[in-house]
Amino acid sequence: MANDDSKDLLPLDGHTTVRDPGTAVERSDALLNPGMPPHRLRVTDTDPRAARRAERVVVLLFYISLIGSIFAMTSYFAFPIKPNDLGSVRLNNVFIGLGLAFALLAIGIAAVHWAKVLMADQEGIDIRHPVHGDVQTQARAVEIFRTADRESGFNRRVLIRNGMIAAIAALPFPAIFLFRDLAPAAGTPAEAYSHTMWKAGTRLTKDPTGDPILASDVTIGSVFHVIPDGLLTAPDMLEEKGKAAVLLMRLEPGVLHVSPARKDWNYDGIVAYSKICTHVGCPVALYEQQTHHLLCPCHQSQFDITREAAVIFGPAVRPLPQLPITVDSEGYLVARSDFHEPVGPSFWERRGDYSA
Amino acid sequence: MTTAPDTYNYDPTAPADRRQSGGVTGWASRYVDERTGISYVVKEFGRKIFPDHWSFMLGEVALYSFVIILLTGTFLTFFFQASMAQVTYDGSYGPLKGLDMSAAMQSALHISFEIRGGLLIRQVHHWAALLFVASIGLHMLRIFFTGAFRKPRELNWTIGFVLFILAMAEGFTGYSLPDDLLSGNGLRIIAGMVQGIPFVGSWIEWLVFGGQFPGTAIVGRLYTLHILLLPAAVLAFIALHLVFVVTHKHTQYAGPGRTNDNVIGYPILPVYAAKAGGFFFIVFGVVMLMGAFFTINPIWTYGPYDPSPVSAGTQPDWYIGFADGALRLMPGWLGGPGGIPMEFTILNTTYSLNILIPVLVLGLFIVVVMAYPFIEAWITGDKREHHIADRPRNMPGRTAVGAAGVTFYAVLWAAASSDLIATHFMLSIESVITILQFSLFLAPVLAYFVTKRICLALQKKDRQIVLHGYESGRIVRLPGGEYIEVHEPVDEYERWKLVSFNEYEPLMIRPNAAGRIPVTERARAVVSRWFFEDRIEPVSSTELEVAHHH
Ligand code: HEM
Ligand code: FES
Repeated sequence: MANDDSKDLLPLDGHTTVRDPGTAVERSDALLNPGMPPHRLRVTDTDPRAARRAERVVVLLFYISLIGSIFAMTSYFAFPIKPNDLGSVRLNNVFIGLGLAFALLAIGIAAVHWAKVLMADQEGIDIRHPVHGDVQTQARAVEIFRTADRESGFNRRVLIRNGMIAAIAALPFPAIFLFRDLAPAAGTPAEAYSHTMWKAGTRLTKDPTGDPILASDVTIGSVFHVIPDGLLTAPDMLEEKGKAAVLLMRLEPGVLHVSPARKDWNYDGIVAYSKICTHVGCPVALYEQQTHHLLCPCHQSQFDITREAAVIFGPAVRPLPQLPITVDSEGYLVARSDFHEPVGPSFWERRGDYSA
Repeated sequence: MTTAPDTYNYDPTAPADRRQSGGVTGWASRYVDERTGISYVVKEFGRKIFPDHWSFMLGEVALYSFVIILLTGTFLTFFFQASMAQVTYDGSYGPLKGLDMSAAMQSALHISFEIRGGLLIRQVHHWAALLFVASIGLHMLRIFFTGAFRKPRELNWTIGFVLFILAMAEGFTGYSLPDDLLSGNGLRIIAGMVQGIPFVGSWIEWLVFGGQFPGTAIVGRLYTLHILLLPAAVLAFIALHLVFVVTHKHTQYAGPGRTNDNVIGYPILPVYAAKAGGFFFIVFGVVMLMGAFFTINPIWTYGPYDPSPVSAGTQPDWYIGFADGALRLMPGWLGGPGGIPMEFTILNTTYSLNILIPVLVLGLFIVVVMAYPFIEAWITGDKREHHIADRPRNMPGRTAVGAAGVTFYAVLWAAASSDLIATHFMLSIESVITILQFSLFLAPVLAYFVTKRICLALQKKDRQIVLHGYESGRIVRLPGGEYIEVHEPVDEYERWKLVSFNEYEPLMIRPNAAGRIPVTERARAVVSRWFFEDRIEPVSSTELEVAHHH
């Protein structure tokens, strides 16, 4: 059925018409559509032998698929997974996969081939109709809404309408409240982020063994990955480690710039810095010994250890927090206190006045 | 308009006995119909015409990968344990024996190393997921560059775009499930970003993770999203998407016989069904081959999540790259350290622009892409329905804008591999980042101009071909001694493809009834000029006649 253009051009809302072409150019001397080119027959349409050959190929493909399925099932048993043998896992993987792949591909290729060379290939034509309902239907729909409005007084009894909107708008809030207990009822994130396991006297120990570190073992140029003593048996081990992980290194005398407020935070050139990036929290674990730069592998922020871990490149803004350290009576490295500021990424409640 | 007799439709004038017969097929169809009334659906849709073109298969690939994902994902759920309870690994993968890890990681290893075919299904699931997002992306580019988003399909573009976002969310939640070192790091980054949102960030993170990162809740929660909420949403949107495809009927490329009022192609039953059904098996087969031969996400080499160790050069799944790249390109200090800090405190609260800006820029990019059909419709003011897909060259403005967008995305994506680029080309990481930062602004502009020029050149070439024929490559010597190349004329069918396109001119603004020109119209005129100033007209019949008389 052809669509009725005159109906389509009826104004819908007073000033535009359904088929306003906007700034499109419509020219009278445009070339005309030549119509469908003549249909071309395929070899399989004209040569019965070619058609029979094609038929055999399709049949063969379906049987190849069958063989593929059988092969996959056989492989399941023929290539068992043996304990502690990665090679057997690989063989199992490859041969079951290969069988299934053949089974699937052969069906697919067979069906497509069948469609292309054997099924009727006359192209068909469907007529499009405009998506919108015809003008009467559209008008009727508008009228129904108007009637409903009139009969209910939706737009006339404004107080009722607004009351209803307010009531419905308030409903999601109780639902949001229900999500509060997704997190523990006690504590706030700001509190949790603001302190770590480190306390005055906590020994610095090696990650992951937990062995304490003698100051004398920290030679110039060496780096230690450090966790607080007691972390390995802590109940929230991963959460605590995510805040308390520290990098420890000793720099040659003279290269370290120490600000007055932090003059007793290092021990004999040994410094400890939080390993949690101040950008978005990856572990900053790549240390370049010559330059004393720490590199975060996630977004390449770089921190200069000689200048109290100031940012020298990348998306991070703040230096890595420093852990004040000293040694205990046995010569083991210990923390003087917790960090003086929250470690890791920024958050809104983070204050601006953490001392030195 | 005249219609060719529709040979595909059921013929009610056929003798009754023929309608009653039909053998087993007839009996079975009648049996079902008399209990469901489904014959109406078959009549309407059974011989529905579907146009054929390779680029129309991209959406199909997306659909089929989703089916593969559902099948393999369901298999995985039978073995996967979404629990972060700590266990000591005692499976058959030697190097991890005795290590503490979550039950989730252990079960993913169990699927890989003890379940026969388990590794295969895991790998097929992951490859299908990568293909799913990739094919949606390419499908979207096809729609964009051929203008298939124009009226009446604007809403379906938006629905499709939501699917793209849902697919990325599905991918990210899935990637996080095994709780290995890489996925844990990905979550760490997300947590850090969320934390940086003013006012609510730290609380959102606190609620999502059920306390401090990483906590013991997140894998279970992501699992609910991954296998329940998100797949249901994807399914619902796919259904909606396809309903619209059927309602609108598919677009077709310009060609002889093809008009804005018809659709030419093959009927669903049997040809299209056979081809599309066959194609599903081909896609499945190819993904199966990839699962069989190419390792993906070997979590056993990464180890369980631990907040402390990292490995350099690790990459997120490809579709997350653009977001990671945006984080990398945002400098912490404008003008280098000592310049303007991108994070500051006001009234003892912290604002992290180094995180907010990338998030907002990406958000804006997404909104613009999602709204593009409405923007273009506003510029052209064209209210007609469009069912003929454009050749990209015939809309140079749009194609150039698209190329600029693709370039912007590509630079962000490249930035996610800045470290690999640096080591590969032996550059410093600083110079790679700086180059990419400039490219992010300059490369799209360059891409815009280059693409526009290319489109116009191609259009000119089309005109040449229509007016003077193809260069045949055959050189002949004229009696006068000069050499010329013989031009072969194009036949009228070929010619039609080259001349039938929409063409717009820049908007001429005129005062409205009140004698004023509204600001919006002025803005529209500026954009319209920018889009349509350079334009090449299709060859008209007059021109063709003149050319032929030469
Ligand atoms: C659109 C959809 C989906 C995408 C893009 C997607 C993506 C992913 C990815 C990337 C992974 C990580 C796989 C790995 O271990 O390498 C994954 C894991 C998983 N997915 Fe999906 N998935 C989707 C839908 C589903 C559905 C519908 C189900 C279940 C009905 C499912 C079940 C699972 C399970 C159980 C895992 C963990 C198994 C493991 O890590 O070994 N997924 N998914
Ligand atoms: S997390 Fe360290 S640079 Fe982003």
